[in-house]
Amino acid sequence: MAEYSPVILKGQQTSDDEILAKTPLDEKALGGDSSVIIMELLQRFKVRDVMKRQIICVPRKATLREAQHILKENRISGLPVSENDRLYGIISVNDIINGLDGGWMDEPCEAHMSKNLVVLEAGMPLSFALRYFNNYTYGRFPVLDANRKLVGIISQRDVMRALLYELSVEIRKLERKTRPEAEGGGASETKKNFFRKEWAVVHNDLSRAGHAANSIKSLLRERKIDRSLIRRVAVAAYELEINICIHSHGGVLVLLIDDDAIRITAKDRGPGIADIEWACRDGTSTANDWIRSMGFGAGMGLSNSKRVADTFNIASEVGKYTIVECIFDIPKAAEPPQG
Amino acid sequence: MNSAEIAAKTGGRLEVGTGEEKAAAVYVGDLLSDVMGHAGEECVLVTIQNHLNTIAVCTLVGCEVIVLCHSRPVPPDMAASARDEGIAIVTTPLSQFEAAMALSGLGASKK
Repeated sequence: MAEYSPVILKGQQTSDDEILAKTPLDEKALGGDSSVIIMELLQRFKVRDVMKRQIICVPRKATLREAQHILKENRISGLPVSENDRLYGIISVNDIINGLDGGWMDEPCEAHMSKNLVVLEAGMPLSFALRYFNNYTYGRFPVLDANRKLVGIISQRDVMRALLYELSVEIRKLERKTRPEAEGGGASETKKNFFRKEWAVVHNDLSRAGHAANSIKSLLRERKIDRSLIRRVAVAAYELEINICIHSHGGVLVLLIDDDAIRITAKDRGPGIADIEWACRDGTSTANDWIRSMGFGAGMGLSNSKRVADTFNIASEVGKYTIVECIFDIPKAAEPPQG
Repeated sequence: MNSAEIAAKTGGRLEVGTGEEKAAAVYVGDLLSDVMGHAGEECVLVTIQNHLNTIAVCTLVGCEVIVLCHSRPVPPDMAASARDEGIAIVTTPLSQFEAAMALSGLGASKK
């Protein structure tokens, strides 16, 4: 019995398995209309960020009875059959029931384990894992790295826990942003008509490009903002949206309105800009031919945005992010005529 | 000038629109960033860019009529979006230069 004691793979760091890092967001699995924050989280987080790295498994020669004890002691419902990080199969409660029923509890796991395994890869976005949970009835999936080594296991509960935690962080951030009076002891002047909205922009999805900019335009129209100002804001929003779409791994476009200004902020998850001065110059671009054939990538995006904005800020770190902020001052209403 | 007259002037066909959409000037361009940066409101856009993003750009700059040159077809998603936004699309066998010549009476679009 001691020979087959549970093998616990101590929390090991996953190697450089940056696989499928650019897998597009699967909106179907998310119901299509999910909140931007959830979509962002599901795209930003990879399976490896959420999976359990400590895996309880059994060797191939372990008997079903031994597997049953391990399941029971650890209160789990599935057990990977693995040796030297290689995954051979899975023993589930169902296999144990069949063993009890058929009387082969003393036979080795390798004879009765499920071998047609559905596995996830550590670098897949969480949206992928969610789709797997939707498409299959399994409660958990083994996770392999790029070298097909078993590095973790992920259950729906792991996904839920991670999402709930991250959502609470995001909500706290939002609350801080939308209720600035809650902080700083009320020393700062509370701005009226504070409004914030953000849109997720997916890499290379040109069919949806312009969606955020158009929504921003409609929102500003509803607020009776001056037409020429709306046009300037919309141009910057569209250019920045297209930029995220064609140059980045994906990101968000954020609209912030208060009494004094309209801010458009474009944040992405990289690859970042090495030479910002060069990138802001008219006519410089790293766009590919496909993008150019669609009428974009003329190298005017950043310069157009800079030209229309009253204040233009840009920051970037190669391999990490780019943030562009365009601020448009809202002219104060004309003073009432004297006399 | 309205979109029906623009179709007639360019020897083209009004593919989408009521014929009533208005244009007061012309802008020629296939680079959508350039169009966005320089085209004025109420212009007719003469272009070969027959896709959805052209509608997005026209919506942003306030252009109500598009003339697609070299008889480029109008994809269904582009037509649907144009209908939603109240933008007319004319297709013409002319080149951009010839179409601009045909519409020269309108003058250049200025911001």
